[in-house]
Amino acid sequence: MLLLALDSSATASVTLGRQEADGQLTILAQRTSADTRSHAEVMTPYVQEVLEEAGVSAKELDALICGTGPGPFTGLRAGIMTARTLALAWKKPLYGLMSLTALAQQVAPVARSAGQEEFLVASDARRREIYWASYRLTDRGYQLLQGPTVGPASQAPQLAAYGMGASLYPGDLQAQAGYDQLQPAADQLLAAALKAGLENLSTDTSPLYLRESDAKVPETRKKVGP
Amino acid sequence: MTKPQPLVLGIESSCDETGIGIVRGQTLLTNTVSSSMEEHARFGGVIPEIASRAHLEALIPAIRQALDEAQVELEDLDAIAVTAGPGLAGALMVGVSAAKALAAATGKPLYGINHLVAHVGVGLLEDCGIEGHQADFLEGLPASGIGALLVSGGHTEILAVRDITRDVELLGATLDDAAGEAYDKVARLLGLPYPGGPAIDRAAQTGDPKKFAFPRGLTSRKFMGTAEEPGPHRYDFSFSGLKTAVARVVEGFEARGEEVPVADIAASFQESVVDVITKKAMLACAERGISTLLLGGGVAANSRLRQLTAQRCAEAGVKLVIPQFSLCTDNGAMVAALGARLVAEGREPSGLAFRADSSLPVEKILV
Repeated sequence: MLLLALDSSATASVTLGRQEADGQLTILAQRTSADTRSHAEVMTPYVQEVLEEAGVSAKELDALICGTGPGPFTGLRAGIMTARTLALAWKKPLYGLMSLTALAQQVAPVARSAGQEEFLVASDARRREIYWASYRLTDRGYQLLQGPTVGPASQAPQLAAYGMGASLYPGDLQAQAGYDQLQPAADQLLAAALKAGLENLSTDTSPLYLRESDAKVPETRKKVGP
Repeated sequence: MTKPQPLVLGIESSCDETGIGIVRGQTLLTNTVSSSMEEHARFGGVIPEIASRAHLEALIPAIRQALDEAQVELEDLDAIAVTAGPGLAGALMVGVSAAKALAAATGKPLYGINHLVAHVGVGLLEDCGIEGHQADFLEGLPASGIGALLVSGGHTEILAVRDITRDVELLGATLDDAAGEAYDKVARLLGLPYPGGPAIDRAAQTGDPKKFAFPRGLTSRKFMGTAEEPGPHRYDFSFSGLKTAVARVVEGFEARGEEVPVADIAASFQESVVDVITKKAMLACAERGISTLLLGGGVAANSRLRQLTAQRCAEAGVKLVIPQFSLCTDNGAMVAALGARLVAEGREPSGLAFRADSSLPVEKILV
């Protein structure tokens, strides 16, 4: 089964992978941006590049998977818009998955070997806040406990914390060493999607903004009294 | 690739309207517009983040609807065109992301085009609703003879269009608020609903436009100069001082405990806006040899602007063209129309790596 995953909740990343007969995931090609502000420029070229590098035609794809955030609005939209349009044009199914799941997928084995039953993953929400979610280890994997949420790091649960969002606020979080550059990425999102099983995924790709737009309804203008 | 009648899908998302248009050469097949205007109403103006969120939700249904209405399959398209700027950065990026993905998925060339020039591009369409209009009017005239006056919530500009795909010059623009924005702000001052344009136009019908002498921005000699020695803002506009002047008048009535004469203020404000816009536009026509003027943008629906522009164009011997209203406001058809012209001329497409540019200069017709 050939799958294309896109995530733009922090950096922009695209992964083309194949699920083998034994269920294992083979990454065929992937691209990740270094910065977090060029999503609308790089997403589509990345898609073209991974398909070309792996010699795969879009027709062969079985499905697309898209990270639905939380993430900074503009970049998040660029990834979701790209995924939705590709799915439309290629007539392929598209599934949405909460982007922080990619972090949980990657660090769950680490937490297990460290004996942490519960852990926190976090990404940068800018404005001195983080996007976070907490998980509990299960017999065969991990389970979402709380989140996704946005807020100051000081208000997040006191658990072993992973991801770039955690390392930004070492005074507030138990940031685990060695994960200060870890961002949600399409390869781990794809692995998480396969672990959950495509049949269990939602086709809802609504963005998880978690914040309202900054707009304020203007106050009624104060009349000048006589 | 040159093709006389290319089939092009155009995407517009520079402000609060999600537009998809499909044209075959100079024939309009469909023009689908979904607006988030109502969501902005309680804020009294367009909120960029709300507009961007609405684009994301509206685009796929709009593309489906447009293809359906035009009875066209994606494979049939010759090219995709999208507004690359100017406009709201976050809003532009939604349309650009969709356009790039669509181009990549279908293998069709992508043209990132200028929103302002696209407004003039509706004149390329046979069925654009201009009375006595022929789609070849852009060719049928001397190359230096065409101008455009664009007036909307985001723009107030005078353009000289010597060649719609190669040579467009910005003659004048607003230095602060767009005319439509000034309408929205003054409507709020007067307790009228959003959008302010239609509300003020309606209120002004029973008012006296000469009751209040509101300022005409950038019309003093210091800014205007002379035809021989033009000042720094001869064809430019400013509406922020006008808005403040209206506020002072409203406050004056309130301070005296008198009823605010909404109709008279609306009429006087509208007269000030329309007078300065048309006067400067006519000046540009006379001094830059413009013999045909296209009026575009949402404020082209304003009755007084249409009336005074028509009157002054007639006096000056300038031919005025006003497209049907659905093609005056932001729409995808104008993007597709300009895109089709670029394809027909065999111009190089933009590729898939370009950046949406919120302040794309009008001289940059194709990115």
